[in-house]
Amino acid sequence: MSGVWAAFVGLFDTATIASIVAGASGLLFATMGETISEKAGVINLSVDGSMMLAALAGFVVAFETGNVWLGFPAAAAVGVIVALLIVFGNIELDLNQVAVGFVLFALCTELSRFLGSSYVGRQPVAVPAWDIPLLSEIPFLGRVLFSHNVVVYLSLLTVVVTYLYMYRTRAGLDLQGIGERPEAAHARGVPVNRLRYWYTALGGALIGIGGAAFTLDVKLGWSDRPTRNFGWIVLAIVIFGGWHPLRAAVGVLLFGALQAFALNLQPEFPGLSQVLPSIPFPLMILALVIVNWKTMLRWLDRYPFLRAVLRSDPPSAIGTRFEVN
Amino acid sequence: MNRFNAASFVIPAAVVVVSAVALLWLAGTNPWEPIQLIIEGSIGWPPFEEGSAAKVGDTVMVWVPIALASAGLIVTFAAGMWNIGIEGQIIMGAIAAAFVAREVSTARPLLIALTIVAGVLGGLLWGLLVGLLRTVGGVNEIFGGLGLDFVAISLTTYLIIGPWSRTGVASTSGTDVFADAALLPSLERTRLSPLAVALALVAIVGVWILFRGTLYGLKLKAVGANRVSAFLMGIPTNRYLLGAFMICGALAGIAGMSQATGFHYKLIPAISGNYGFLAILVVLLARFRAFWVIPISFFFAMIAVGSSQLDLRLDVNSALGGVLQGVLVLSAMFGLGWAVHRSRRRAEQEMAP
Amino acid sequence: MSLELRDIHKHFGPVRANDGITITVEAGTLHGLLGENGAGKSTLMKVLSGFHAADSGEIVLNGREIRLASPQDAIAAGIGMLHQDPLVFLPFTALDNFVLGSPGAIRLDRRSAAAEFKELCSRYGFNLDPDTPARLLTVGERQQLEIVRLLWLGAKVLILDEPTTGISADQRAKLFGTLKELATEGMSVIFVSHKLEEVDELCDRVTVMTRGKVVGELDLPVPPQQLVELMFGQAVEMQDRAEVDLGGPHLRLSGVRTASGLLSEHSLSIDVHAGEVIGLAGMEGSGQDTFLRLCCGMRAPKEGKVTIAGRDLTGKHYHDFLDANLKYLPAGRLEEGLIQGLTVTEHFVLTGDDTSFFIDWDRARGVAKRQVEHFTIKGTEASTAESLSGGNQQRLLLAMLPPRLSVLLMEHPTRGLDIESADWVWRQLLARREEGTAIVFASADLDELLRYSDRILVFFSGAIIGELDAGATNVDEIGMLIGGRTAPIHRGELAP
Repeated sequence: MSGVWAAFVGLFDTATIASIVAGASGLLFATMGETISEKAGVINLSVDGSMMLAALAGFVVAFETGNVWLGFPAAAAVGVIVALLIVFGNIELDLNQVAVGFVLFALCTELSRFLGSSYVGRQPVAVPAWDIPLLSEIPFLGRVLFSHNVVVYLSLLTVVVTYLYMYRTRAGLDLQGIGERPEAAHARGVPVNRLRYWYTALGGALIGIGGAAFTLDVKLGWSDRPTRNFGWIVLAIVIFGGWHPLRAAVGVLLFGALQAFALNLQPEFPGLSQVLPSIPFPLMILALVIVNWKTMLRWLDRYPFLRAVLRSDPPSAIGTRFEVN
Repeated sequence: MNRFNAASFVIPAAVVVVSAVALLWLAGTNPWEPIQLIIEGSIGWPPFEEGSAAKVGDTVMVWVPIALASAGLIVTFAAGMWNIGIEGQIIMGAIAAAFVAREVSTARPLLIALTIVAGVLGGLLWGLLVGLLRTVGGVNEIFGGLGLDFVAISLTTYLIIGPWSRTGVASTSGTDVFADAALLPSLERTRLSPLAVALALVAIVGVWILFRGTLYGLKLKAVGANRVSAFLMGIPTNRYLLGAFMICGALAGIAGMSQATGFHYKLIPAISGNYGFLAILVVLLARFRAFWVIPISFFFAMIAVGSSQLDLRLDVNSALGGVLQGVLVLSAMFGLGWAVHRSRRRAEQEMAP
Repeated sequence: MSLELRDIHKHFGPVRANDGITITVEAGTLHGLLGENGAGKSTLMKVLSGFHAADSGEIVLNGREIRLASPQDAIAAGIGMLHQDPLVFLPFTALDNFVLGSPGAIRLDRRSAAAEFKELCSRYGFNLDPDTPARLLTVGERQQLEIVRLLWLGAKVLILDEPTTGISADQRAKLFGTLKELATEGMSVIFVSHKLEEVDELCDRVTVMTRGKVVGELDLPVPPQQLVELMFGQAVEMQDRAEVDLGGPHLRLSGVRTASGLLSEHSLSIDVHAGEVIGLAGMEGSGQDTFLRLCCGMRAPKEGKVTIAGRDLTGKHYHDFLDANLKYLPAGRLEEGLIQGLTVTEHFVLTGDDTSFFIDWDRARGVAKRQVEHFTIKGTEASTAESLSGGNQQRLLLAMLPPRLSVLLMEHPTRGLDIESADWVWRQLLARREEGTAIVFASADLDELLRYSDRILVFFSGAIIGELDAGATNVDEIGMLIGGRTAPIHRGELAP
C-alpha cells in the first residue's frame, strides 16, 4: 500500500505537474474545439477519428517539408473538412449528427491507418522547446507553466481565449444562444445556421490542431492509431466540464493526473504494466457517470454552490437541427 | 420513387468506386488488383473455386458476429438508443464463453450449450448495465457504453496476461487454446461452424419477426419514437429500454462466443475484432431493415477477411477495406439524404396553389 | 410610424394561411388583430417580423416599401415582435437575454448594459433583476424583459402575439398600461388576440380575420355582438345542458397536498362523480397541470388520499391508475399522446385490448378502418400520426380511448381546432359523460368552460381559489377569480 501512497504523493512533484501540463496540449485543443462545437449545438462525434487523421496530416506535412509549423495548418484543415461534413449533412440534408459523426470516426481512423502505414516509426522535426524569458524563472509556476514550448503555451492560451470569448464578448453570447434556443437567436437576427457552420469548423480546426500536437509534440512520431481513444475522452471531458471551457480544462488536467498516477503505479504492480495505462479511460468515463447520476444531481440541488461547480447542463438544442420557418 | 432509389444506390456506388481508385492510385497500385485480391482472399478467385473452402469458412465465421451484432443493434436503434457499448457486450460474451470453455469439463454437446448460454449471459448482463446506467442513472448510453467497452477491454488484457496467461509465458498473444470439446464443431478443413451460422440466421429472422408481427416489437418502436407518448399509453418504457439492451447484449454475447470458441479458439486481446462498430455501419447502411443485414454483413466480412491479404501480397495497407466500408456508408447516407431532400422539395413545389 | 400591409399572400403547402391581406396601422395607435385560432394572424405577424417571407404583397413603413427577408431586416426597420411564448434563453440571466443580438462592440460591457436595462425597467415600472436567470422569471416577467429589449433596440412598431395567455391579471393590467403609454409616445402597437374583451378594452381600431382573409376593419369601441358576428358569422348561443344523473364518486381526492411548489399550501378535497364534468380555469401554470397529474398518479401527493372508482391508489404508479380505467390526455397531441412515424393502425394496436404476442394485421387494419370511418378522421388507416391535421389528431386520440372509462382527464380539448372539430370533440365527450365517465378538463377558453362544465374550479398562483356552479356563474365572475380578485373589476380600472 505504501507504494500506492508514494505513487499518489509523486503526483505533487513539480516535475510531474509540469509534465502533466506539457502532455495536456493535444487534449486541451481538442476539448476546446468540441466544447465550442457543442455549445453551438453541433455534436462532432468523429473526434476520435478526425483527431487521428489530422494528426497524420500534420505529421506528414511536417515530415515532408521539414518544417514543423506547416504541420499545424494542415491538421487544422483536415479537422475543418470533417466537421463541415457533419454540419452540412445536418443542416442541408437533415442527417443525424451522431450517425454522420460515428461513420466519420470509423472512416477517418481507417484512412489514417491506410495513408499513414508507410510513415510508421518515422521521426519528424519536433517543436523546439522555448522557456519564456523571466516568467520561467518564477519558482514552481515558472517550471509548471512557462518552461515548455510554443504549442503548450498556445494550448493554455486557447483555454483562456475560449473562455473570454464565450463569456465576455457579444459574439460569444450569440454562440451560446444558437446552441441553447436557436429560434430565439434567429428572432434576434442572429444567423443561426451560418454561425453553426463557422463554429463547427472552428471546433474542427482546434480538434485537428489537437491531433497534430500529439504527433508533433506530445507523442512525437507516427504509429498505428497513435491518438486512439483520446477522442472519446475528449467527448467525455466536454460533458464532465459542463460545456464550460475552464471546467473542461480542469477535466483534461485531471485525466493527465490519472495517467501519471497509473504510470507511477507500474513499479508497484509489475504484473499489471499492460493494463495500467488503459485504466484512466474507464475511470474518466466513471467520473462522468457519477457527475451525471440522477440521484447525485438531486442531492446536489440542495447545495447551490456545489451544484454550480459540479452540475453539467447541456446546451438545450444540442444535436438538433434548426430550420427557418 | 424510382429516381429516389436510383439516387440512393448509384451515387454511393459511384463515390466508392471513384474514391477506391483514387486511394489506390495514391498508394501506387492499379485499382483492379486489390479488388481482385480482396475477393480472392475472402471467397477465392474465381469465386468459390475448388480449394477455397477454408477462406469461405473464415469469411462466413466473420459474417456470423457482424450479422449477430447487427441484428441486436436493430433492436436498440428501434428503441432510440445508440448502443456504442456493443463492443463491450461482444467482449463479455467472449470472456464468459472462455470461462466455461476453460473451467468446465463435461460431455461435448452439453459443454457447447453451456458456452452459448455463458456468451448470452455475459453480453446480456453487460448490455443490461448500459441500460441501467441510462434508465436509473440518467447517463447517456453512448458514454455509459463506451466506458463499459473500456472496462471490458482492460479486463480481457488483464485476464490474458494475468490469471489466464499461457502456461509458462505471459504474453499478449492470447490464452492457451481451449480444449477440443469446448470448440464449436466445424466442417472439415474449415472453421465454418453450421451451428454459429444457424444462430445468426435465427437471430436475424427473429428480429425481423419481432418488428413485423409482434406487439413487443411495436411497443419497442413506440418507445423509441416517443417515450412520453408511449409512457402515457401505459407502456412501461424503462422496462422496454432495458429489454432492448438485453436482447442486443445477448446477441452480441453470442457473437463473442463465436469469436472465442468458433474462430480464434482462444481468448485474444482484440477478441471483438471491432465487429461491433462495424455492425453499426452495417445497420446504418441497411437502414434498420433486418434482411438487408445478411448481404451487407457478408460484403463487409469479405472486405475484412480479403483485405488482410493486401499487406502481404501488394504492400497496400489492409486498412483499405475499412476505408472502403466507411466511404460506402457515408456516401449512402449523404446520397439518401440528398434524395429525400430533393423529393421533399419537389413535393412542396407541387403542393403550391 | 405608420404601417401598411398590402395584399399579402402566404401559403404552406395547399393551405392559404394569408390570402390577400391588406391592413393599415396609423402611427401612435393600438391596433387589434382579432380572429380565431388558425385564422392566419400568427402567420401574418411572422411575415411582418421577417420570420416567414411572404409569397407576394408589399409592406410599407412610413410611406416607404421595405423588404423583410429575415428577422434582422425587421429589427433594422424598427419592427419588434413579442412572441406568444416569449423567446428568451432560460438558463441565461435577464441581462444576457437583454443584450443578446444587440449591435455593439465585440467586448460585452455588461455594466453599462445593466445600467440601461435598469433605467428602462424603472421607466416602465418593471421590477426585473438583471442577474436572475430567465428560467426563474414568470411568463409575464419574461414578456416585460422582451418588451424592454425591443424598445432598447429601437422598435417603433411593436407586435404582440396573444400576450395575455399565461400571465396574471396584475401583469396584464401592467402590460396594457405600458402599451397605452407607448402608443402616446408615437409607437404603433399591433395586438394579436382571439379574445374579444381584451381587444375591445385596449385597442383603437381592430381588423378581424377568418380563414386567411380580412373580413372587417372597425373603429372601437363597437358592440361586442358585431365583432362576434364578424368572427363567427353568427352569434354563438349558449346551449342548454342535458341533465345527467350523477353516479357515485369516480375520482376522489381527500386532503391532498403536494410536497412543494404548486398546490402545496392548502390541502384539497374533491369528489368527481360519474357523469360529471369539471372544468379547470386559470392562467396557464397556475396549478391545473399539477392537479391533473395528482389525479392520474404522475405525481404522488405528500399527504392525502387519491381514490379512483373506489380503489385507493395513493402513491401508486401511473400505470396502476390506467388499470383503474382512467385516461389522461395532455395538451401536446403529437408530443404527449400520439407517436410520430407510426400509422393509425399501429396506434390502435398499441392501445387495443388484444394483447396476444403476435399481431393479426388483417384484423388490426379492419378495426382501424372502421374507427377511421366512425370517428370521421380525415386520413386512412395507413396515415402516420404526424400527417394528420390537429383536429384529426384529436379525433384519433379520442378514438383510441377504451370503451368504458371511469375517469377522463384532459388538457385543452379543443385548442387549435376549427369550430366543427371542436363541436365534434364535445359531442364525443358528452356522450362519454352520459355513459357515466367523470370528466375533468383544463381550458383557457372561458366559453368552453361555462358551456360544458357542471362545476368549475378556478386556479390562481398554485391554489384553488374558487369552486363555482357553472350554471350560476358568468364570464365576469370567473375572469375575476382567474385574476386572483374576489371583488368585481370595473371597466377602465385596468388603465393606468
